[in-house]
Amino acid sequence: MSYKQLSIREALNEALVEEMERDDSTFLMGEEVGHYNGAYKVSRGLLDRFGEKRVVDTPIAENGFAGVGIGAAMCGLRPIIEFMTFNFSLIGIDQVINTAAKLRYMSGGQFKLPMVFRGPGGSVLQLSAQHSQCFESFYAHIPGLMVVMPSNARDAKGLLKSSIRDDNPVVFIESEAMYGVRGDVPEETYTLPLGKADIKVPGKDLTILCWSKSVPLCLEAASGLKEFGVEAEVVDLMTIRPLDEETIHTSVKKTNRVLVVQESWPQASVGHYIAASISEKLFDFLDAPVKVVSGEDFPYPYAKNLEALMRPDARKIVEVARSLL
Amino acid sequence: MSLSIEKRLELYEQMYLMRRFEESAAQSYTERKIGGFLHLYIGQEAVAAGVIAATRKEDSVITSYRDHAHYLARGGSPRAGMAELFGKETGCSKGRGGSMHFFDVENNFLGGWGIVGAHVPLAAGVGFAAKYKGEKSVCVCFLGEGAVSIGPFHEGLCLAALWKLPVVFVVENNRYAMGTPIHRTMTSEDVSIRALSYPMARATVDGCDLDQSYEQAQIAIERARNESLPTLLEYKTYRYRGHSMADPAKYRTKEELQEWKDRDPLLLLKAKLEPAGVGVEVFKEIEDKVERIVVDAKEFAENSPEPAPESLGDYVYV
Repeated sequence: MSYKQLSIREALNEALVEEMERDDSTFLMGEEVGHYNGAYKVSRGLLDRFGEKRVVDTPIAENGFAGVGIGAAMCGLRPIIEFMTFNFSLIGIDQVINTAAKLRYMSGGQFKLPMVFRGPGGSVLQLSAQHSQCFESFYAHIPGLMVVMPSNARDAKGLLKSSIRDDNPVVFIESEAMYGVRGDVPEETYTLPLGKADIKVPGKDLTILCWSKSVPLCLEAASGLKEFGVEAEVVDLMTIRPLDEETIHTSVKKTNRVLVVQESWPQASVGHYIAASISEKLFDFLDAPVKVVSGEDFPYPYAKNLEALMRPDARKIVEVARSLL
Repeated sequence: MSLSIEKRLELYEQMYLMRRFEESAAQSYTERKIGGFLHLYIGQEAVAAGVIAATRKEDSVITSYRDHAHYLARGGSPRAGMAELFGKETGCSKGRGGSMHFFDVENNFLGGWGIVGAHVPLAAGVGFAAKYKGEKSVCVCFLGEGAVSIGPFHEGLCLAALWKLPVVFVVENNRYAMGTPIHRTMTSEDVSIRALSYPMARATVDGCDLDQSYEQAQIAIERARNESLPTLLEYKTYRYRGHSMADPAKYRTKEELQEWKDRDPLLLLKAKLEPAGVGVEVFKEIEDKVERIVVDAKEFAENSPEPAPESLGDYVYV
């Protein structure tokens, strides 16, 4: 297999181009997606290629254009709704939770919603409290939604293509801080399945569960643990909902020790849910309590020195991992 | 184009069905055979009947939680509607939606939505899809006047006007947002002036008069179809019952209610048809037919099976 080096931004762009080429019912809608070429340039060149019919700039009206996407999907189109960031998705979250996630159920299966809500999320350097936060727990809580969070360019492309093709509403959260991170992407066409985790590094002593921006930290931590003779298995969940329990459980049964690493706040979070679920279901397989490393439980500060204290880092992950052994 | 006598009689039957269907539902609610919220439309029948009569098969209708009449007007089965209220598998949403969430994809009836104003952008999306696909279909979106102060209403109308979408927004101004009268929530009682800021065409309509209801809707629907332009229509109307079955409506006077009942949409239509030579026996025949339909619907609902327990997780994902 031959590869090319792409940034996550470029990989996402390729996914959009390929899927829009493939299916005329697919269109991209959001703030600055067209003439501005995307606030984060993920949609660069799409307007020139597909025109205003399929690359639709909107006013600042997240609830409005999220709802337009839902109405269009009810009529058989395949909208990709871009939130400039997931911080602003909260203006439209009613449409995602009360409308998109409920339509199929409330109609007794009469409708399906083949659509994607995508955009950047997570903490970003010095953007402070309103522009630097993780919202996957909000969406992962909701039956009826799929939640996808890739951690590298290959996964980002393959998962976005599958999300666009899926007949369920998919919330696709990209890491704002990682758009420029480059990685190997296969030259040929491919997709990656939703609802399937990926073992980034195999190991036998400890399972580290992570997603999005915590994955590179955990990979770094896994290297560090090797120096202590510890072989950690790093599992990138990739899809937060539905969880790939099969892969998670297989790994836990092998290693008997679990650490979950997330950038988000701890309370009512995806990470703590996974930890509790493993403790309930696999208690007999555990040789140590399941631990969770989260972001600090404060709003994101602006000051550089304070902000640096917020996120989990590889040193802390190594430290907590070693406490389990 | 105005309605023929035959068409008006057909719509009299439809309006009478709306009313008797809901009166029957109210009775079943007091017998606790129907649960949850039950919002009745009684008094407003000429709005849904007249507007939807001006739609075509390929058009679509979307509305809020006060949705039974719109569902029936689009051709929804009274049996499946009543079964939905009874929470049965044979319901129009398989018992998963209830009163507030009727859906009927066959008749392009797109719900049945419970968050005030949130379906307004959906209507714009339905219009967007029609335009995208090059179809000449129109989306008619019903909402209450209580929905015109919330953000999604403005966002939906803003986008519909900006993108010239074939949507007709029908505000059913029944004067009360739950228990709050219009003068306490708006600086003007003329709801249609909200159209000016987007801008889009507008009209204010007597919602008790079936003929006006139909004619004004037809103008707006054909504007949407032929010119791909949205319209905001305000229908002045009144609901005889409370906001829902749980509301005794003590915030308004008996006199006010009686004034509106004197202009009851069914009576008004009857009064117009009688001089045109439609005899009492014709109405009697229609009303007897409707009674049989409503009794049959209730029997069907009562005798239908509940959803199977093992189906609890169905319809969450494709």
